[in-house]
Amino acid sequence: MKTAPLTFPIDDVERVEVEVEPHVEKWQDQEGNLIMILHSIQNEHGYVPREISMELSALLEIPLARIYEVITFYHYFKLVPPGKHNVAVCNGTACYLKGAPQLIADLERKLSIKEGETTEDREFHLETVRCIGCCGMAPAMVVDEKTHGRIKISDLQGILDETKKGGVK
Amino acid sequence: MIQRIVNATINGIPVSVPYGTSILDAARAVQVKIPVLCKHPDLGATAACGLCIVRIAGSQKMPRACATPLENGMEIFTHDGELTEIRRSVIELILSNHPSECLSCGRNTNCELQTLAAEFGIRQDSIERYVRDLPQDASNGSIIIDFNKCIKCGRCVQVCQEVQDVWALSFLERGINTRMAPAGDILLSESPCIKCGQCAAHCPTGAIVENDETAAVWAALRDPEKHCTVQIAPSVRVALGEEFGYPPGTNLTKKIYAVMRRLGFKAVFDTNFSADLTIMEEANEFVERFAKGKGELPLITSCCPAWTDYMEKFHHDFVDNFSTAKSPQQMMGVMAKTYYSEKMGIDPAKHYQVSIMPCTAKKYELERDEEMFASGYQDVDITLTTRELARMIKQSGIAFEELADEEADSILGTYSGAGTIFGATGGVMEAAIRTAYYFVTNESLEGDAINVTPVRGLEGVKIADVDIKGTQVKVAVAHGMANVGKVLGEVRDARKAGKETPYHFIEVMACPGGCIGGGGQPYHTDIHTRMQRAAGLYNDDEKCAARCSHENPEIKQVYKEYLGHPNSEKAHKLLHTHYKAKKVYLK
Repeated sequence: MKTAPLTFPIDDVERVEVEVEPHVEKWQDQEGNLIMILHSIQNEHGYVPREISMELSALLEIPLARIYEVITFYHYFKLVPPGKHNVAVCNGTACYLKGAPQLIADLERKLSIKEGETTEDREFHLETVRCIGCCGMAPAMVVDEKTHGRIKISDLQGILDETKKGGVK
Repeated sequence: MIQRIVNATINGIPVSVPYGTSILDAARAVQVKIPVLCKHPDLGATAACGLCIVRIAGSQKMPRACATPLENGMEIFTHDGELTEIRRSVIELILSNHPSECLSCGRNTNCELQTLAAEFGIRQDSIERYVRDLPQDASNGSIIIDFNKCIKCGRCVQVCQEVQDVWALSFLERGINTRMAPAGDILLSESPCIKCGQCAAHCPTGAIVENDETAAVWAALRDPEKHCTVQIAPSVRVALGEEFGYPPGTNLTKKIYAVMRRLGFKAVFDTNFSADLTIMEEANEFVERFAKGKGELPLITSCCPAWTDYMEKFHHDFVDNFSTAKSPQQMMGVMAKTYYSEKMGIDPAKHYQVSIMPCTAKKYELERDEEMFASGYQDVDITLTTRELARMIKQSGIAFEELADEEADSILGTYSGAGTIFGATGGVMEAAIRTAYYFVTNESLEGDAINVTPVRGLEGVKIADVDIKGTQVKVAVAHGMANVGKVLGEVRDARKAGKETPYHFIEVMACPGGCIGGGGQPYHTDIHTRMQRAAGLYNDDEKCAARCSHENPEIKQVYKEYLGHPNSEKAHKLLHTHYKAKKVYLK
């Protein structure tokens, strides 16, 4: 997934139109096209910007409220730009038993955000995920593309610092 | 068409109903009431609440009666010990997510959840309470949403999306996190909401209520500096009684005049009078456009503020088609603060005008734009809905039912039958036709011809050809915003094709049934209530000495003494307004 936030002012109506049209064109006449178009938009930007939803609403003649019903129903779709680094803490059964909730609480404190949110400087996005298939390494978390296992609370600051410096990839 | 009939039994009672009838409705036909919180007679079944479960002989399942059609040979059982226990658990589960604030809730004693909890004898919280802490939304001044009191029945979302085609409300997220809200984290005032209040009228709990402003009216009434006057809308007279035990449709006009004086109003006016005034201006406008070609056709009525808001947001290519005649509420306000105040020697700065309306959107109309201040002051100071007035009367200690009839104050109190039928869908059209006929032919309609019956009734769209001495006028009447799109679509298509407009005159009311079904009317309104209230207005019309607005003696006097003639310079300044395109979302 690319994560390229919009590079133009969002109130630039013409640019928004240009932005949306190719996504719509591909799926224009297909049944159930809304979800496919939303996927396409999120793949491009990493989230679904409100202005683009509004333009989509006009193009597809679907009320904005219906588009938001779909976006918010599926956990996958995001309404805010993702952070530069994604911190996904596994909260599957094994990790849960091995202390994932404490890890999440500590990360929330360190980053001053709640699970599902992005830090104000957009450096980190924190999320919890269900079993990532590394139960033997519990508790585990995935930072960007790297999986960390058997994490202790005392490891967390180090991982965050290194990630920010670009040391951990 | 042959209607297929289904034969079955419910609790051993034989029942025959048309094919497709739900078990819930079939049970009601044999005097069996199954409890529900989500299904409303106006709306489709969503099977959200789970209270209406029943048993079918031979099946282990317990289907929901609202969403299951009755089938031939079914043996249904609606009530037994176990079903009652399950229903009690469902209510307890709903209560566990509902704040315990009944005493300070806008729906106290009138809440469907509270009533069921009482009927099921729930005396303690058996499940630990989990209530989310979401902020109230009081941003638009007409209705207030308390998201924490929402039981997710879906009625408001359904009525907002399907009946009104507004889509201000939606269900966001899912599961335990499901919440009713406008699209995205925005306020109602930033959403497409048209303030019609149908969400409040359909909400089973206190999650959506009108913005209660009775305290401000009490304060004005006890302020010795203020000269308080009041106007009563057409549809209020046939609905207010429901709050005092009268059947829907009971016409209490003269008791309402009496109670207004007891409450302390110095003069009591009738919005029916200003409805007649609206017709004088609007019928004149129609004749100017239709017979003299001055202005766009079709002419579209604009006395419903929820409709004008909707048009400005969703159909603003019709701005030029809108009647510029102000609504009766606003015409009364400006006449009270100019003509009446001058005549009676009242300082208009101290004149405080209250309107009693069936409508939450009327609260918004008061400050819609600067033309609502045509008298030099805010023309109408405050709007109370029918429900708020009932509350005021109950607070006042007046035995309303026992009051003797009184008359309205002259000169803004006498009305014609045309004015009173404004409150029902088709009424404005009928009233306008009666007077337009006179303006064109110089003759008044007589006998049965005065009743324009094709525009009456609760059909969503009504179409008629009206004969004005050989000239055919094509009219359409729509109510419930979802019915408007197709009528305007026909006009739009004709425009694009360069063809003649399919309609010359269109009446639109936002609420199903028109104002009698308004968002500020007494609760538990359904199609039967609407029919009874409409019948009350048509009976009032039959009894009026004058049946046409131009025959109302006080209307004649007002034009003679003050306004001159319809659309005179003065009339234009005081009684007309304009519309413009608006954004659907402000954020």
